[in-house]
Amino acid sequence: MNAPTPSAPLQAATAAACSSAPAINFAYLDERSKRMIRRALLKAVAIPGYQVPFGSREMPLPYGWGTGGIQVTAAVIGPNDVLKVIDQGSDDTVNAVNIRRFFQRTAGVPITTQTRAATLIQTRHRIPETPLREGQIIVYQVPVPEPLQRLEPRETETRTLHALAEYGLMHVKLYEDIARHGHIATTYDYPVLVNGRYLMSPSPIPKFDNPKLHRNPALQLFGAGREKRIYAVPPYTKVESLSFDDHPFEVQRWEAACALCGATDAFLDEVIIDDQGTRQHTCSDSDHCQQRRAAASTVAA
Amino acid sequence: MNQTLPMPATPFCTPQPLLRVRQLGKRYGALTALHDASFDLWPGEVLAVVGESGSGKSTLLNAVAALSRPDSGGVEYRLRDGTLEDVHALSAARQRLLARTDWGFVHQNPADGLRMDVSAGANVGERLMGLGWRHYGQLRATALEWLQRVEIDPWRIDDTPRVFSGGMRQRLQIARNLVTSPRLLFMDEPTSGLDVSVQARLLDLLRRLTQELQLAVVIVTHDLAVARLLAQRMVVMQRGRIVESGLTDQLLDDPQHPYTQLLVSSVLPP
Repeated sequence: MNAPTPSAPLQAATAAACSSAPAINFAYLDERSKRMIRRALLKAVAIPGYQVPFGSREMPLPYGWGTGGIQVTAAVIGPNDVLKVIDQGSDDTVNAVNIRRFFQRTAGVPITTQTRAATLIQTRHRIPETPLREGQIIVYQVPVPEPLQRLEPRETETRTLHALAEYGLMHVKLYEDIARHGHIATTYDYPVLVNGRYLMSPSPIPKFDNPKLHRNPALQLFGAGREKRIYAVPPYTKVESLSFDDHPFEVQRWEAACALCGATDAFLDEVIIDDQGTRQHTCSDSDHCQQRRAAASTVAA
Repeated sequence: MNQTLPMPATPFCTPQPLLRVRQLGKRYGALTALHDASFDLWPGEVLAVVGESGSGKSTLLNAVAALSRPDSGGVEYRLRDGTLEDVHALSAARQRLLARTDWGFVHQNPADGLRMDVSAGANVGERLMGLGWRHYGQLRATALEWLQRVEIDPWRIDDTPRVFSGGMRQRLQIARNLVTSPRLLFMDEPTSGLDVSVQARLLDLLRRLTQELQLAVVIVTHDLAVARLLAQRMVVMQRGRIVESGLTDQLLDDPQHPYTQLLVSSVLPP
């Protein structure tokens, strides 16, 4: 699965390219656009959690399908990278398959499903269970980069709030949660404070993954295509989930274990498996689940 | 009765004014909205700004509260440490901090001053959370206490202002502003959207709170009854100028300026 098999159209394109310039640039985006995005990325890394505006390009898929993440990936990917793409933790959902094939065709880079083998991971909604290491880059697809947007619709005002670090408003949201539900009911896109300064939306990852943002050895890049914003969390940066003193931050827990690999410490999806409504819990991270099952079978054998 | 009572809120006991407004001017194109407006405000004093629509009352209030920048003149405010600072020379960050700690601003339309889609409790607690309060239990207790002080049923703490009546919204807005114990409150026609009986109740409440908390208030109103009831001193505005100022009772009983005479005589007897 690691060897890329160039598709027929690309082969035709490469054949045509031999005579003149290639039909598609490496990783789809033209070099000037990549340079523009890289400049935004450098600024984003320099100011952890700060949303840097960038000139988001038209991509061959609709907004909301990961155009921001794809542009960031296209700007940082090189021929020696090994790419992994996940959607909701899984390597084989539609969004993941499409984006992976996109980069296979336009960049011809090797792809993998193994978190350990990847140098570049594009993700939607999850951080892999396997701890990331130094040198890896994880790219998040972000639908709404502004954590205060639902509370304060004026962008001029939210920018001022960021500039002056006035983040009391975010606690209003958490207060409302407790007043209505008795506990902080926000379960995904849980707001974080980066490096003690900028309030940041971690993209719609479950709050289960928030602790993995904190002092992560990998470089974390966030791209929002429609909203035209890029932000970043450099390696080993402090990322703190907001909370109240008497209602501390907590991650989800499950009574069940994964029905396939038996994991109790992973993020589990509850799925209905037949018409009688029988339910079972399985790991959301398909690679993690497979690794565990493979390890279990070698021990058994 | 030999008991020593706390010092009443007579403004003239304090030698130093809380707020000094000097020669404020503001133009909108060819229109002079405000010309050469000056007044002092002492701690614990209620000052009413009256005048007809378009006389520059709200322009004056916005310029004094640093919501808009005057073209000329200045506003000085005495901070808690006793220093007098030019409000418009402060950085935006300090202006905003001042506005949400030491000051309050009650808008005519409560929807402008409240978050209509979050609960009453969160509305009251927002300023405190902005100041770094991070204890839900304390926030809630404080919110409950303030709702009671402004005569809102405590069991409505989790309702949004959207389901409140106009009078309740206005009282909630006042609670939201007073929760940080400000020393200066700006009010822009706080009673004008309410019916008469609700107005009376709100005025009662305001009079009690300003006395209890020793609040200095600048209240803009076109209703002379509001001025008479709340304010110790008042200024009368016409076409962007302050035409007369003085003690409320004196000014209402013995108006000197022709415009003030007109204003006083135009009030219909009940």
